[in-house]
Amino acid sequence: MSLKVLVGCKRVIDYAVKIRVRPDKLGVVTDGVKHSMNPFDEIAIEEAVRLKEKKIAKEVIAVSCGPTQAQETIRTALAMGADRGIHVEIPAKEMEKLEPLHVSKILAKLVEKEGAQLLVVGKQAIDDDSNATAQMTAALLDWPQATFASKIEHKDGELTVVREIDGGLETIKVKVPAVVSADLRLNEPRYATLPNIMKAKKKKIDKMKPADLGVDTTPHFDVLNVSDPPARDAGIKVEDVDTLITKLKETGRI
Amino acid sequence: MRPKVIQLYKNLLYLGRDYPMGYEFFRERLKKAFLKNKDATDPEQIKQMIARGEFVIKEIEALYMLRKYRTLKKSIPLGTIRVP
Repeated sequence: MSLKVLVGCKRVIDYAVKIRVRPDKLGVVTDGVKHSMNPFDEIAIEEAVRLKEKKIAKEVIAVSCGPTQAQETIRTALAMGADRGIHVEIPAKEMEKLEPLHVSKILAKLVEKEGAQLLVVGKQAIDDDSNATAQMTAALLDWPQATFASKIEHKDGELTVVREIDGGLETIKVKVPAVVSADLRLNEPRYATLPNIMKAKKKKIDKMKPADLGVDTTPHFDVLNVSDPPARDAGIKVEDVDTLITKLKETGRI
Repeated sequence: MRPKVIQLYKNLLYLGRDYPMGYEFFRERLKKAFLKNKDATDPEQIKQMIARGEFVIKEIEALYMLRKYRTLKKSIPLGTIRVP
């Protein structure tokens, strides 16, 4: 049995960039900031490509919702080994207000449209840390979900998934079709090399709008305030052990 | 042989865009390393040097992967266990 796999990938601010809050306190600075694919989605793509290499999957489709630049993200996914891409175009201004529920609805529609049997996504994006898309898509499709996967095995239309849960591991079995969300230790994603990116330019990317899929992207909530985490107070240097002990006593640590 | 060397240089240059100490730092050193061997003519020797370049590519990819993994592990507190 060969599966058609749909993989979601989000374009986010690069993990190595220092995030700055916008002066209007309603978001973060994104202009002129390096963006890349959400690291968890890289892991998801890698897993899908490995399923294809093991002949379990027959086609890997990379989906991204975002502005025009999201195409670069899809290109990276294609360079990593996905067969084709779908770009759901959302203007940069609306992208800020796009919620996991909207993405879930888009993904669910695309799964139905493409007839995919497996949806793999990263467990969360490193920009909004919502950790909701996989779960909500599973609910919308009425499919079983295997979240926080750290190991996936396929046998006779069933997936055995090892999940990372608080304080341990849980092994579950789900029937395909299913939704899987990738945790950090699922695999080590390959690097999209320059020759592969060049080759990926020949692969097809379909473009569509949320309205084409009948998905309404009106936001459900307003952002009231975005603020920096509290700054850490500067430390002090002490001369010797005695002063250290007095200082610690002063602050009530011992 | 020449296109292979140029391709290697381009691939390395592309990787250098994410280098932790900055692209310029990487580019200068990379150029120096290539220029040092510009007079090499022995095909066997050049082959060896290309192989060394490919090895460096693998090393840099591993470096980026580890860096990403560590940053994520630190910033996302979920899943603090270690998988054997």
